[in-house]
Amino acid sequence: MRYLPKSPAERQDMLAAIGAKSIEELFSSIPERYRLREALDLPGPLSETEVIEFFKARGAENSGGYTSFLGAGVYNHLRSVVTDAIIQRGEFLTSYTPYQAEITQGTLQAIFEFQTLMCQLTGQEVANASMYDGSTATTEAVLMAERLTGRSRILVARSVHPEYRDVLKTYAKNSGLHVEEIGYGANGTLDQKALPAALKDDVAAVVVQSPNFFGVIESLAPLADAAHASGALLVTTITEGVSLGLVRPPAEADIVAMEAQSFGLAPSYGGPFAGVVASRDKFVRQMPGRLAGQTTDSEGHRGFVLTLATREQHIRREKATSNICTNQALCALAATVHLTLLGKEGLREMAHQNLSKAQFALAELEKIAGVRRAFEAPFFNEFTIELPRSVKIVNAYLLREKIIGPFVLGTSYPELTKHALVCVTETTTRAEIERFAAALRRALEQPL
Amino acid sequence: MAYPANYRYTKEHEWVDVKGDAAAIGITDYAQHELGDVVFVELPKVGSKIEVGKTFGTVESVKAVSDIYAPASGEVVEANDVLHNTPEKINTDPHGAGWLIKVRLANPAEISGLMDAAAYEAYIASQSKEASA
Repeated sequence: MRYLPKSPAERQDMLAAIGAKSIEELFSSIPERYRLREALDLPGPLSETEVIEFFKARGAENSGGYTSFLGAGVYNHLRSVVTDAIIQRGEFLTSYTPYQAEITQGTLQAIFEFQTLMCQLTGQEVANASMYDGSTATTEAVLMAERLTGRSRILVARSVHPEYRDVLKTYAKNSGLHVEEIGYGANGTLDQKALPAALKDDVAAVVVQSPNFFGVIESLAPLADAAHASGALLVTTITEGVSLGLVRPPAEADIVAMEAQSFGLAPSYGGPFAGVVASRDKFVRQMPGRLAGQTTDSEGHRGFVLTLATREQHIRREKATSNICTNQALCALAATVHLTLLGKEGLREMAHQNLSKAQFALAELEKIAGVRRAFEAPFFNEFTIELPRSVKIVNAYLLREKIIGPFVLGTSYPELTKHALVCVTETTTRAEIERFAAALRRALEQPL
Repeated sequence: MAYPANYRYTKEHEWVDVKGDAAAIGITDYAQHELGDVVFVELPKVGSKIEVGKTFGTVESVKAVSDIYAPASGEVVEANDVLHNTPEKINTDPHGAGWLIKVRLANPAEISGLMDAAAYEAYIASQSKEASA
């Protein structure tokens, strides 16, 4: 179903049908003090030529010719032109929310395929039709745990993406959630010694990311056991979906929140991305957002519908399971097309390349005097190193050599003053890794 | 379906069957009929407290999810867990096997403010008239 705006004549017809004289009259029940009377502070309209110029200029800001070792939640992966060709079809690109199953079978089927892929990847039984991004998906997973347990204290690992924790804290501020952070141990994983003391019987969820923000893989089974023993749920967040090509899926988790950016979505300016919430079947009624379901029509044909919509905002208003009533359908479609192109073997191969290249990069960097691997736990395509010098100064030097340096961990973790989070994906060549190592060596040899 | 004479009824279409300080609570035949096929119920845990006029659970039909309001305050002593697998009992036997929870009443006097069967039947008759007007 295509989304087309209404013409002034159509608006007039609709007003006439309900007996209103003007749009203004429709809004007359809203108290005057809540009405916005001044114009929105937006730039004026542009001509076609100006629009093209605008986007050319934005396009020119792309870091062409640079090699990036920056990840930290947004990953540079191969993308196929097939993905863009399919998502740009009008039936998908301009389609509106598929409320009317009888005219939106294609969109609903695409969503159903997305949910199926997300279940297969995460080892969970049911996945929703997507959320805004990984950070909101994580928070929605936490709110889901709160509803399921009737408890309101949340233990979140400090090794969860700092921005994800910020989003969670923003939601918590006015919702009665109490968020507490659990530190990390010497090997970079959640401090399991600190967990038992914090896990009291008022804890709704333990939130952990794997691979975590330092790149290392958490051991989920003991965390799930500890959480379950005190009646809490384990929420697992995944920022790098490609890891699931190799790393065992988080089947022990009760709720999985994931960022799907790695599957065919360009890093862009940091969005738009697509979030995922997947869970156990028995929790489906507390799942936020929408779900597409497969069914059989009156003639026995396979068909698709929005299901369990009775708990969504457009029906249940303020009592809905989530106030997110719009999903990221186009981004989710891109992920679906991308994963379908890759297939099981393709994803595994891609994941292998990430792991191998990251291992090679670490070995090359460790040869440099003063560079040290910070955390010993196994990692996927990101790892933390400690430098003998400020990472910011090093990155400024690397940038002059057309290298976008690693993430400066000190910006989010004041105690990690000289720590850098290096990301290496399948797009990084051996030559680029060697050039990075050489440039880093020179950067560290520079006089202060 | 007849409305048991010994039950008391709320304007939100719950019934309550009081025996001393013990009470069973359910939704009325009128309510189940308005909702249509019930597919899921969400009930409070045993030991939790319910408060008069506040919601204590939800009934989900193919059409809508509806809140259930407590006709009186008290502590939940039993929840009708068979409804998790057979929610249709609410449709087939709303005043009997489709009961939702049993509570120990905190203040049995609260019941006196509720309607008896005759008053409730008059109330739903006026509701239906309003709806068709």
